Amino acid sequence: MTAKTIIRFENITKRFGKVIAVDDVSLSINEGEFFALLGPSGCGKTTLLRMLAGFETPTEGRILIDGQDISRIPPNKRPVNMVFQSYAVFPHMSVADNVGYGLLVDGVARPERDRRVEEALALVKLDGYGARKPDQLSGGQRQRVALARALVKRPRVLLLDEPLSALDAKLREAMRSELAQLQDKVGITFIIVTHDQDEALAMASRCAVMNRGLLQQVATPSDLYEFPNSRFVADFIGQVNMFEGRLAVDEPDRAVVQTTELPAPVYLDHGVSGARDATVWVALRPEKIELHKRGEGRAPPTMDDAPADHNVVPGMIKHLTYLGSESVYDVEIAGGRMVRALRTNLTRWDQEDFTWDEPVWLSWHACSPAVLLS
Amino acid sequence: MDESWEKAKAVFATLGVAPVAWLVGFFLLPLAIIWGYSFGENSSLTEISVNGTLSNYVHAIKPLYLGIILKSFWFAALTTVLCLIVGFPVAIAITFASPRTKGWLLMLIMLPFWTNLLIRTYALMAVLRTEGYVNTGLGVVWSALSHLLALFGHPLGPFHPLDLLYNNFAVVFGLVYVQLPFMVLPLYAALDRLDRSLIEASLDLGAGQLTTFRRVVVPLAIPGIISGALVTLIPSIGAYLTPDLLGGPSSLMIANVIERQFKTANDWPFGAALSFLLMYMTFLAIAVQAIVTRNRTRRRG
Repeated sequence: MTAKTIIRFENITKRFGKVIAVDDVSLSINEGEFFALLGPSGCGKTTLLRMLAGFETPTEGRILIDGQDISRIPPNKRPVNMVFQSYAVFPHMSVADNVGYGLLVDGVARPERDRRVEEALALVKLDGYGARKPDQLSGGQRQRVALARALVKRPRVLLLDEPLSALDAKLREAMRSELAQLQDKVGITFIIVTHDQDEALAMASRCAVMNRGLLQQVATPSDLYEFPNSRFVADFIGQVNMFEGRLAVDEPDRAVVQTTELPAPVYLDHGVSGARDATVWVALRPEKIELHKRGEGRAPPTMDDAPADHNVVPGMIKHLTYLGSESVYDVEIAGGRMVRALRTNLTRWDQEDFTWDEPVWLSWHACSPAVLLS
Repeated sequence: MDESWEKAKAVFATLGVAPVAWLVGFFLLPLAIIWGYSFGENSSLTEISVNGTLSNYVHAIKPLYLGIILKSFWFAALTTVLCLIVGFPVAIAITFASPRTKGWLLMLIMLPFWTNLLIRTYALMAVLRTEGYVNTGLGVVWSALSHLLALFGHPLGPFHPLDLLYNNFAVVFGLVYVQLPFMVLPLYAALDRLDRSLIEASLDLGAGQLTTFRRVVVPLAIPGIISGALVTLIPSIGAYLTPDLLGGPSSLMIANVIERQFKTANDWPFGAALSFLLMYMTFLAIAVQAIVTRNRTRRRG
């Protein structure tokens, strides 16, 4: 499938007085994508979405939909529809009137309107709810009304502003997969704004991570997780152990980072392409750290993909969190530094293997750490 | 204060004694006395004997007085509608103003309350009278226009000042002026509560500004419209000062007639009957309106 660009932000900057909400963002979104704008609150993601919907005007730059500059087009003339964070279901209209509102103001004739409202309600599994009033619906049902109301207009792009944040945890999980299935079914480009990284990783085909108005990284969920381009992204997406160090060796097929935060140097099986002696950060995900028993004359584990004394450090389990499917170990290493490791409980007795105050070796493979230059 | 209200009954009763006593002693009791008078007649210059007669009411529903009551209702209704037409845009402007401007605008709305009604009404007279600002201003424009047209040989002739004072127009104008803040404030309160994203959703779904106003803003502002209309309508029906000062001989409202019964005519029983007739009719009007509203909501729901 060749990707066709549907939306293009070109050097978009938005200032509110002196505050820069969005800072020179350029971004292309392809047709049929489930795209997530991810970032902490106040990072500018919602402002970017509202500019796309037409509720804010960019201070600088252009927004193109299908190659057409829409910066001067009012919201009611744009081929995009939005699902609001509060759902914004009209409280004085029935469910059917809510869903049919956009068709009514477009002058769609009654029979076709009724038919399309029926279809849209069926799509979000609210068949038979047409006559109800919004105050007779649960939060999840109100959200479906908002979804149906936007989809019935057959927009080029559907915008979702924190759509799951008002739902309880269980429903949120269910809606995640439902939204993804829905997008698959209708084939419309979805753009979702969220501060919840799990949500973005679970649903999106591609994510843009934003921080302080700046675009940090645009990548698939797995690339964001495994190949973050900055400390911010590594830290924001998932859990991470971060060590500051110095690039001691950097060759095309290997690199070594010396760090005072770990008793052993970090060996990598690939080049980093940074300046020699530059300050770098090693990001190591907890599940990529292996635990081994230590003490009573046991030798340290040997890593077959790294030289001796690299990628192996001794430590002591200080805290253990049992989560059922996995256990989280907080291990104290030399200098009092805590390192988090995660271990799947593969057998029913697995979680008893390691316990509090147990001396352990921590090790990781040469391909596991990500080295960050900023 | 986390105890439930039921448990604090004694406290509530204690706190309630003073206002209840006040209302009973200075509102309900005098009202009851006047109500009693409406079933009595003058036995001497200063004595009223309450003998259960209905003659005052029979007198009150004569076409002359009934006509004045109906006219009062008509003036009040007109005032309410005009206040709504003028007040809605004002309320919208305040709602969507920046927080700083909003404070100033709200103060401007309340500013008239700081001035005595009498002074405000006299000020209005200075604006509307024959030599008032409006007529003087119009006169200047007129004579300028006349001089200009005289160059082409078509002078307009002398300016005849408009009759803006001492007529029905002046009364309704004055009532609108006095009642406008009472309409704007409830409307503003209703609009301010309105979730902005509902307006954005309407725009997003393809509705223009006017459609959004008609189909989303107005229906959701109905509670504000109703309370605004009530607090405008009811005081307007019983308006006394405005028609007294701004009205002419034919623009008497019912409150002026009642005042004459109590003072000039020294016929308290008839004045009382007129007062209560007005009150009954006001209650009736509100009840009818409430029933209509309830039926409409029920039909929709």
